[in-house]
Amino acid sequence: MTNAQIFRTQEGGKIDREEKISFIFNGKKYYGYKGDTLASALLANGIHLIGRSFKYHRPRGIIAAGVEDANGKVQLSRNNISEPNVNITEVELVEGLSFKSQNCWPSVTFDIWAINNFLNRFFPAGFYYKTFMWPKSFWYNVYEPIIRKAAGMGTASLKPDPDRYEHRYEHCDILVVGSGPSGISSALAAAKNGARVILAEDKPRFGGSLQIDEVTIGNKNGNEWVDEAIAELKSMPNVIIRNRSQVFGYYDHNMLVMFERCKDHVNNSEAFTPRERLWYIRAQEVVLSTGSIERPLVFANNDRPGIMLSSSAREYLKIYGVFVGKKPIIFTNNDSAYETAIEYKNNGIDVLIIDTRNNSDSGIVNETKKLGIKIKFAHAIANTSGYKKVKSVTIGKLNKEKNAYTKLEEVKCDSVFVSGNWTPTVHLASQSGNKLNYDTNTDSFLPSISRQDETVIGSANGSMTLKESLKEGFEVGYKLSKKITKGNIQTTIPLSDEKQLGDHDKFWCMPLPTNKNYKRFVDFQNDVAVSDIQLAVQEGFRSIEHVKRYTTLGMATDQGKTSNLNGLQLVSDIEKKIVPEVGHTTFRPPYTSVTIGTIIGREVGKNYKATRKSPMHTWHEKNKAVFVDAGLWLRPRYYKQNNEDLFEASKREALNVRNNVGICDVTSLGKIEIKGKDSAEFLNRIYTNAFLKLPIGKARYGVMLREDGIVFDDGTTTRISENHYHMTTTTAQAANVLSHLEYYIQVVWPELDVVVVSVTEQWAAAAIAGPKSRLLLSKIFPSEEVSNESFPFMGYKEFKFKETTARVFRISFSGELAYEINVESDFGLQMWEEILNLGEEFKIQPYGTEALSTLRIEMGHIAGSEIDGRTIARDLSLESLLSEKKDFVGKRSLNRKAFTDNNREKIVGLVPIDKKTNIPEGSHLVLDKNASLPNPKLGHVSASCWSVEYNNPFSLAIVKNGHNKLGEKLYAVSPLKNVSVAVEVVSQHYVDPEGKRVRS
Amino acid sequence: MLEIKCPYCGRRSQNEFSYGGDATVKRPKLNKDISDGEWDEFIYYRKNPRGIHLELWHHTSGCRQWFKVKRDTSTHEIVKTFMIEEESQ
Repeated sequence: MTNAQIFRTQEGGKIDREEKISFIFNGKKYYGYKGDTLASALLANGIHLIGRSFKYHRPRGIIAAGVEDANGKVQLSRNNISEPNVNITEVELVEGLSFKSQNCWPSVTFDIWAINNFLNRFFPAGFYYKTFMWPKSFWYNVYEPIIRKAAGMGTASLKPDPDRYEHRYEHCDILVVGSGPSGISSALAAAKNGARVILAEDKPRFGGSLQIDEVTIGNKNGNEWVDEAIAELKSMPNVIIRNRSQVFGYYDHNMLVMFERCKDHVNNSEAFTPRERLWYIRAQEVVLSTGSIERPLVFANNDRPGIMLSSSAREYLKIYGVFVGKKPIIFTNNDSAYETAIEYKNNGIDVLIIDTRNNSDSGIVNETKKLGIKIKFAHAIANTSGYKKVKSVTIGKLNKEKNAYTKLEEVKCDSVFVSGNWTPTVHLASQSGNKLNYDTNTDSFLPSISRQDETVIGSANGSMTLKESLKEGFEVGYKLSKKITKGNIQTTIPLSDEKQLGDHDKFWCMPLPTNKNYKRFVDFQNDVAVSDIQLAVQEGFRSIEHVKRYTTLGMATDQGKTSNLNGLQLVSDIEKKIVPEVGHTTFRPPYTSVTIGTIIGREVGKNYKATRKSPMHTWHEKNKAVFVDAGLWLRPRYYKQNNEDLFEASKREALNVRNNVGICDVTSLGKIEIKGKDSAEFLNRIYTNAFLKLPIGKARYGVMLREDGIVFDDGTTTRISENHYHMTTTTAQAANVLSHLEYYIQVVWPELDVVVVSVTEQWAAAAIAGPKSRLLLSKIFPSEEVSNESFPFMGYKEFKFKETTARVFRISFSGELAYEINVESDFGLQMWEEILNLGEEFKIQPYGTEALSTLRIEMGHIAGSEIDGRTIARDLSLESLLSEKKDFVGKRSLNRKAFTDNNREKIVGLVPIDKKTNIPEGSHLVLDKNASLPNPKLGHVSASCWSVEYNNPFSLAIVKNGHNKLGEKLYAVSPLKNVSVAVEVVSQHYVDPEGKRVRS
Repeated sequence: MLEIKCPYCGRRSQNEFSYGGDATVKRPKLNKDISDGEWDEFIYYRKNPRGIHLELWHHTSGCRQWFKVKRDTSTHEIVKTFMIEEESQ
């Protein structure tokens, strides 16, 4: 195909005609120019049919030039990445784009689902709720798959998104949203008065309406004034100015969220350029100069391709040098469409104006008449025809009541430009909490009282003239900046000149020709017609929110940009109410669709959360550790030798601890330093067991509860000196325990002299465990006394290690003779390597969390899977730690009836009767595996391992009345894994029940 | 996202803080003989007012201080923030 572009003007527009760019639409190659959007490039090639509508699969075309376009959604491929539901009015043309229509099969020109258009009695308002109700079983198997295929839009890619997205936080004095005349002037006034200003513009070009309106400001035309003002703003150090940036959400405390398109419009962008950037902007004051959107008129078959908003047709002509049609008809109820008529006439195109008003004597109408443009007053378009594009319209003379036509005539055309007056864009103002008021001058909702620090100006505020907009902009910019900067530099408001527009007709919904039931669409994106809304009201839906949901009016990405007011007016007409009584639906963020990638930003893959690594991490990596996530920490799960799997490796590691000695990185355990003269008293209140008389140089195992009596965490606390303690917590609860302690210190008992601080990252910790660990310890600290007598179980010593001091605790999680050695983090790796070297003669091996788990399970030590937020101390056989002599956090709750019930669950051990079958964690325990459902549940399996001591599976479980069930046979059933295992209930302490080893 | 003025650090975004519940709830004194009802009030029962609410917040990703926030639950307006020991009326 040659470079047809037959609808391109000879000259003019802001495109770069030197740079021709090719693209592929529905398999065919076309050309456009640099500066085009996909929409303008298609229109330049005379293509109007873009896709099929949501419900009825009617052919649809472009209706607007900006974010308000409801139909132009395509499946876009760029660098082999396919993206659905892309707005063609927003994507700028670059090389390498290929896109296709959505919601049509096999093609947009012949769409088999268009049969829905003829079966439309099956798709009335609320069709989801009605048509597909019976028989019930048909929903999943028949109706839903068909509806999913027939409705819906593009197809999401299943590949990972290769692009980079960034988040940015910014603060400013004044955020100005929208760079039309009022936005630019408020940004100028505020910036000149010293305020830190951010000016955001959604489109690639600044200026808003000044881009296309024939006006003068000062003694420049609108475009020149914009260019100069933007250049001036860009030169100011206190101004951040962004185009291609859509502010789409207004949240609490003046937090606004904006996305900036950084990459897609650039040919050959740099490797690390983010595709889009999400801005979180906290602004002291917000100026919403969001402008207004032209409203369509509602008439029969008003959805055919080639029917477009009149201001958009002007925008395509003036910015892109594109004739939307060469035989257009302009259909209007107000004066603003006349500007489009004049523009087309000046470019040599004859137009016919159909005006619903009986007459107009405004300046612009007279100017139009002088140009010889034909105007038919008191007429309306009664119907249109043309399947893939509008070919002709039926024009009718309206009767006096404007509810019927007195005469109909057919007129050929290739496009229709529609104007039903303007709707202020109040989405962000409403999101901020501004209560909107109905304004009968503009027939629209306008902002009234701000809930947050926001000010709405320009046409978004109903100020429809340039003069008003500039005045508001400069005044508001000055006033707000003065409040913040106390500056007093006032900018003079320039004089301006614009076309004088008259009143609009409050008539917007055209009658149908006699005995015809053509569809008159209100919401193009959601395929909602006048008849749907009439039906909803007739069926008793009164609240506008209900009408919205029943009909889907104003939903989805469109958020009612073009449809909202027409829908509201229609409901109020049907109900014979005034619009303010009907009210409006809630405007919700986002204002327009935002890519998921932008919202996620860099928090993908391993950056989804922070990663914490111990100082010994590099050693683990070099020694084939397989890591596991433990909260934010990466911990070695096992160290792989040869072709071992997890099971084999963890068995080897655990066995080596039982037989020789192992070393485990326990840096991730929470460590909290506690100081102050009331530390002992404080710990005594926090822990269930006594801590007042803990001697210096001794560690004690302690349990803490929540106030509701549930076990919160366990760990050891060591008295290092009179008023200095070292507490350890589980890895998982480290942060919560710290907050818990701080709460009691700061809020509940501020009179206590205690301070706490997390030192988890300050200390590297290694556990050495196994019968040979004392021998090893004496090698590590050859000059220290480490005998059982001088360094007994639960003892604490400070030993010199190199040029630092090691904190050594004789504590054990594995149940073996064991020590935990802590050194300052910087010495962690050195300590680790030294211990492994010295341990070689004792056959030391590192062990990971899986072996650690095995060791603690067969010893019957509890961990997070037992302290699961449901268990109390008695359930976990910790009742001996509940002090009778003192009060502590959570104690009062232990008297609760449910907590003293003898039938409560209790921790026990389980061994499979065949001594072979693994017991899946999470299995439910039942008496009879074949009992009829619901089978009474006696408990659940909390942790399972392969006991290296007995060489058979072993589990911990929490079982009703468990302490009286020892020796009984139960079944562990896991419907998820389709397994049931016959098990015998045994003691939780499977290995060394007397605890001799730790004391040996 | 709320903007909360930590009495120690100044205005910060909500994502630096953790919510800590009703600040008017007082933990019963230790060793005090109290009824089940009183204890239940302390543990479980909370008012859910529409309007002004005095609540605890913890500057977890900041100075780690607990403090009080007087906030309107219907508008999210923060009237004032207080150090724990400050009188909050």
